[in-house]
Amino acid sequence: MSLPSSEVFRSAALTRQLAGEIRQVVTRPWNIMEICGGQTHAILQYGLDQLLPPEITLIHGPGCPVCVTALESIENALQIARQPDVIFCSFGDMLRVPGARANLFSARAEGADVRVVYSPLDAVKLARETPQKQVVFFAIGFETTVPSIAASILHAERNKISNFSILPANVLVPPAMHAILKSPDNRVNAFLAAGHVCAVMGYWEYEPIAAQYRTPIVVTGFEPVDLLRGILMSVRQLESGRSEVENAYERAVTREGNPDAQAMITQVFEPVDRQWRGIGLISLSGLGLRPRFKSFDALERFALAHQAVSESPLCIAGQVLRGNATPHDCPAFGRECTPASPLGAPMVSSEGACAAYYRYQRVKT
Amino acid sequence: MTKTNYPNLQGPVCPLPLQPGGQIVMGHGSGGGMTRDLIVNVFQKYLGNAILNAGNDSALLNGELVAPPGYQLVVSTDAHVVFPLFFPGSDIGRLSVCGTVNDVAMLGAQPKYLTASFILEEGFAIDELEKVLASMRDACAEADVRIIAADTKVTEKGKADKLFITTTGIGWAPAGRKITGDQAQPGDAVLISGALGNHGIAVLQARGNLGFQSDVQSDAAPLNHLTQALCAAFPDVHVMRDPTRGGLATTLVEIAQQSSVTIQLDEPEIPIDASVRAACDLLGLDPLYLANEGKVIVILPEEHAEDALSFLRAQKYGEKARRIGRVIARSSGQLLLRTALGTTRVLDMLAGEMLPRIC
Repeated sequence: MSLPSSEVFRSAALTRQLAGEIRQVVTRPWNIMEICGGQTHAILQYGLDQLLPPEITLIHGPGCPVCVTALESIENALQIARQPDVIFCSFGDMLRVPGARANLFSARAEGADVRVVYSPLDAVKLARETPQKQVVFFAIGFETTVPSIAASILHAERNKISNFSILPANVLVPPAMHAILKSPDNRVNAFLAAGHVCAVMGYWEYEPIAAQYRTPIVVTGFEPVDLLRGILMSVRQLESGRSEVENAYERAVTREGNPDAQAMITQVFEPVDRQWRGIGLISLSGLGLRPRFKSFDALERFALAHQAVSESPLCIAGQVLRGNATPHDCPAFGRECTPASPLGAPMVSSEGACAAYYRYQRVKT
Repeated sequence: MTKTNYPNLQGPVCPLPLQPGGQIVMGHGSGGGMTRDLIVNVFQKYLGNAILNAGNDSALLNGELVAPPGYQLVVSTDAHVVFPLFFPGSDIGRLSVCGTVNDVAMLGAQPKYLTASFILEEGFAIDELEKVLASMRDACAEADVRIIAADTKVTEKGKADKLFITTTGIGWAPAGRKITGDQAQPGDAVLISGALGNHGIAVLQARGNLGFQSDVQSDAAPLNHLTQALCAAFPDVHVMRDPTRGGLATTLVEIAQQSSVTIQLDEPEIPIDASVRAACDLLGLDPLYLANEGKVIVILPEEHAEDALSFLRAQKYGEKARRIGRVIARSSGQLLLRTALGTTRVLDMLAGEMLPRIC
């Protein structure tokens, strides 16, 4: 095709054609969960839900990495960032996520040196350039961000950059899918798996999940054509009673994924139990540093006071993140809770379900 | 026999005070001789004119210097802080002139005068200051405005970021002309004078931490000649506003709320350069929220939209003008975007600092 790929995958004609096919195939109601916050963002940005027949309900999954980062991790981040001689580095949209009382923006306003980086390797570079400072990177995100974080640890070790560390808070997709499917109030009939996670991890690890829970899983990209193809393939499976793992993001994802990236992750990290904000503890759902790399763990390096923390009682973020409520169900939505003063994490990132609803669907059209 | 060294008493024996080198020192803000030298040798060299050089506490405007009968005064003020000071296509000097000139021009007024106050950080290089002043001089010449009053203060190192410039603009418009944000009417067309987001990306690029190179240039430009010509040719222009910080979306939400109307944009019609779109895709930013410094939104009755569009395209800085939407109804104030897919979504104001998405 002669169009640039981004134009092909945003083509109005192709998107409408796919929506038409979905309407033809569907015969009864189905709930499909898109795992990844980037997909939620794209669905609402392009208004793709408006193109779907009423039988299809999209449930927004727990895949907004800033939304599910535990309150305790944010409180630890704030404590570290406020220490003298620390440069605290983070991906941008983490800065506005509320802790119990403050966020990284307010810590910065009070004098903490908090910086936005696009890559953890930028934080390592900063550490090399400012040896008199402790540079800490807030390691959040799903498997997508982990290889570059692992690379930054290996780079720091190789170059003996001892003033670099990470605050480990990465999370993994498959344990969250197990948790959702095992839950007694689960409504999910099929999953759109997160394309960028699968670009790293492949999709072999989803095959047992699809089989165990008889739930179709379709690896899906982020452009309108990608998303509607993923939905169409899910609906075809559901209507024909199949539950397989299929790939609708062939241009980026193979079954095996990226073996070099996986090897790097395994070398540096090991699975650990992790709290998910709004969801709770999911066993072996996070990544912690292996013993050899513990010296790069900010939790070991900084003596942190333990704080009891609790969420706003108004916020129903947990229900939203589990797919049991939509932001419109929340009494605080758009009133006490807005992107400018969020009560819960999903109102913060543009990938968060509440912020996406607030931005694109505050008034139902 | 030992040789005795005698001090040489021929010539000066007190240490001579060092002449200030090429940087701003606290003495430049003392109000004394160094301040005067800086004003005369640096500021007046670029910005000087008869009114400014008169050296009084304030500028005296009378006779042909004031608005003729039948005109109303328009005043705007704007503080300019930008990091870095120089970025592709522009710098803080050009920005500080264009920003205020454009604010005055958006009400259909011809900007005439600026005042400028400069906050300099101790240690700021004087040749950088001269580059900024030269840029202000050129922008003033292009916009045909004069700086009639100015002030300089110096802060200790670390208490400011090199250079802040606040400018106030004064202009006048024919009495009765009412081009304000509350004038949009259902049935009006919404035009934009050119492509969006270039300034925002150019500044991000200049910060040097994007990890890629692009050729995007800031669009900073004085729009007063364009807006004056447009108002003369189309007296029923309802609204003009420059989509600066917060971008097109935030500015149109403001207008929708001021006018109590619903504005609907047609996404495929919104001009965005391919390089800006590519940078936004990579960075997870939305071009509709990126700052512009040389674009104007024009809202006017539908029946004149096509003529106004052709007119804009014949003007400097209006070559890529497009019709991007219309005012569709009375409401409490809402901005809708009709996507290329035929779906509709609500556009909101930028909530706070624009943050890149994680993935």
